[in-house]
Amino acid sequence: MSSTTDPRQTAQKPGKPAFHLSMLLYDQRYRSITIQIFALFLLMLGAAWLIDNVINNMRLLGRSFSFNFLWQSAGYDINQRPIEYDSTMSHGRAALVGFLNTVILAILGCIFATVLGVLAGVLRLSNNWIVSRLITVYVEIFRNIPTLIWILIFGAVMAESMPAPSSFRGDDPASSMIFDAIAITNRGVYIPAILFQTDLGSLTLGPVAPSLNWLLVIAVIIAGVYANKLLIAHATRVQNETGVRPKTWWKTLLILFAPVALVFLALGAYLDYPELRGFNFAGGTHLRNSFLAMWLGLSFYTGAFIAEIVRGGILAISKGQTEAAFALGLQPGKTMRLVILPQALRVIIPPLISQYLNLTKNTSLGLAVGYMDLRSTLGGITINQTGRELEGMFLLMLTYLAISLTISALMNVYNSRIKLKER
Amino acid sequence: MSDTHAQTVSYVRQTMLAPQEPPRNQTGAVKWVHENLFSGWLNTGLTVISLLVIFWLLSGISPWLLNSVWRAGSLSECRAILDGTSGACFAVIVDRWHQLLFGFYPPELYWRPVLALVLLFVALAPVLFTAIPRKMLAFSALYPFIGYHLIWGGSIWFPITVLLGFGVGAVAYLLVKKINNLAAIFAAILAPVLWWLFVAGPLESSLHSIMPLGLDFVRSDRIGGFLISMIVGVSAISLSLPLGILLALGRQSDMVFIKTVCVVFIEFIRGVPLITLLLFASLLLNFFLPPGTSFDLILRVIIMLTFFASAYMAEVIRGGLAALPKGQYEAADALGLDYWKAQRLIIMPQALKISIPGIVNTFIGMFKDTTLLVFIAILEPLALANAIRADTNWNGIYWELFIFIGALFFIFCFGMSRYSMYLERKLKTDHR
Repeated sequence: MSSTTDPRQTAQKPGKPAFHLSMLLYDQRYRSITIQIFALFLLMLGAAWLIDNVINNMRLLGRSFSFNFLWQSAGYDINQRPIEYDSTMSHGRAALVGFLNTVILAILGCIFATVLGVLAGVLRLSNNWIVSRLITVYVEIFRNIPTLIWILIFGAVMAESMPAPSSFRGDDPASSMIFDAIAITNRGVYIPAILFQTDLGSLTLGPVAPSLNWLLVIAVIIAGVYANKLLIAHATRVQNETGVRPKTWWKTLLILFAPVALVFLALGAYLDYPELRGFNFAGGTHLRNSFLAMWLGLSFYTGAFIAEIVRGGILAISKGQTEAAFALGLQPGKTMRLVILPQALRVIIPPLISQYLNLTKNTSLGLAVGYMDLRSTLGGITINQTGRELEGMFLLMLTYLAISLTISALMNVYNSRIKLKER
Repeated sequence: MSDTHAQTVSYVRQTMLAPQEPPRNQTGAVKWVHENLFSGWLNTGLTVISLLVIFWLLSGISPWLLNSVWRAGSLSECRAILDGTSGACFAVIVDRWHQLLFGFYPPELYWRPVLALVLLFVALAPVLFTAIPRKMLAFSALYPFIGYHLIWGGSIWFPITVLLGFGVGAVAYLLVKKINNLAAIFAAILAPVLWWLFVAGPLESSLHSIMPLGLDFVRSDRIGGFLISMIVGVSAISLSLPLGILLALGRQSDMVFIKTVCVVFIEFIRGVPLITLLLFASLLLNFFLPPGTSFDLILRVIIMLTFFASAYMAEVIRGGLAALPKGQYEAADALGLDYWKAQRLIIMPQALKISIPGIVNTFIGMFKDTTLLVFIAILEPLALANAIRADTNWNGIYWELFIFIGALFFIFCFGMSRYSMYLERKLKTDHR
């Protein structure tokens, strides 16, 4: 060691501390870097080992990593088809159908679970002894039994306990349709469908071709909601200026429903009722048992969790808030709407998001009752037929990850909008 | 005496009157019913609706339940006994309960899983209830090996040699500690690994040839029913808590790289459904291991479920860490505690206490999620229900099996949630 680099001497100089090798371990400033580099090293080593194994295994099996199978003919049928599909179409198309089925189930499930959950959560807080007990039983039973069992139970209820279509036949049938419109059978539920006399054709957007009629209806509804928002904002402005809020409820009704009704009239919309023809019902919309079992099972299960979240959220708001609102002269309805709910929502929304995510992920249990969702098509039959489990699972996980991240991003935006603005 | 009462009052009651009974409709059951069931039109309506719902449920279910058959050899026999009336056929449970509980475990060895379950409660007791002597924790630490040996059997020297690895690690630590602290930690990690890789196997076989002790070996594919749910659930639960704590600390860490790795791991696991992870374990894991290796499916599943639960656990614990006032961290620093001591003595006891409800919820969710094993051909209760239904004797039986399986899950999960409430009450140190 030469005298110029002697650490003890350099350490004497102010502002230029010496550097020992041991400082990498014992000096807090450097230790974290050492640990991180060590961890990075370990991680890369592990990743290299795994990738090397994969390459070796693939070579031994004589396989390659490619997504070409997505363009091969699928050769299997899917019973619930939101878009056009038949067995001659490609695996990619089948995966898309499965994806759409997953999305449909997730959206409808979230809506129904929210309705059930909010209702149950509020009712569980009711003063009515019998109602609160009944809801408690519902919540505890559904929360403590696995969702898969519930899905199977609802599937069995639909398939085993409902009347066969043949029992609707005859002059004095054993079963009858509800309002002559809805038929609940052991092959699924048939409800009226809305059809149009004039068809505007359909829009071709890559693989999907949504009907222009329905796009028009949706556009009108969105426009109505937006116009209503403007109306409410206007009413609030008038109230702030004059102190009197103009009556808006009939205008709201008009704006929301009149244009939609007009569009329906113009397009010649009519209801197509299900009808017993031969051995089965025809016409209307057929909700399959597999879909109903998934939908009801997931909604009732998640609804029980949402009920607890809603109850917790309402209980978290101190009684003083209600009393203060009453002292200000607000009526109970307004107290709920203007004071309690905005505060309770802040507590409710974050766990609610994770329940929506759970429900969406649980749609992957569809295979148990034969619901053809993404996991049953891409992650099930396609993998079995093509033997491309590595690629299939990769796509499957990536899609679910994308769905989950999208939901949580959307809900986080909403959450940050209703969050308490702390100043 | 002043003269304000100059005039004598003619009569003054000397004794206290007994209080009068409140009006009839303000007491007892009448008042209770009025207040709780019929206090307004809305309330009355709700009461009537719920009574109707209860009546509808009971009238639908109770004849079926009360008219149940407990002794029959097959569903057709059941139907013959019922003679057209509606009734449950619980004979299937009487006939097949052992399969739903143990799978295809050899019947003459049922005492082993039962003993393992009893010992599990003994091992859990000191963890769950602080009133029990702390020395019992030694048994809890040994339990994994005892439980493994009881359920799978095989040579007794296998768990013993594995256990000795920990002893080797401790000895190595103590020996090297005299030289250098850091080297001692490395030695404590390295020595057991070397022991398990190179010494344990030959030692076990030579010990076994000298003294062949042990229970009959039971293959993994014979284990099923609730036994498998319990094995997988309990192991994944107990392994996921420490891993979850580490992940949560990693996510809170100042080290950018460590933090990124933890965040990516947690968000990935939480973003995909459990079923894809299980499929990964059953279909893909072999791709990622050296060619030719394959290990027990149950072990793979336990590893996957542990990862899955630990990601959720990490988020729960992160919530607890975030809820802790910053002053606690600063106070620990001010006392001169290093990172791990501060975590162990100050931060974690409080953060874990805050996160108890979430932790138990994760446990419950995890236990319920063991039902998903049906998709990867592990004989958990639902898979056995399918197997029973595939038997011609019991073809077409649904409700009785669902009721039995559902009730067992309900008992465990409900018990866990009640325990978490007890724990919350007990650990509540603030006086509100």
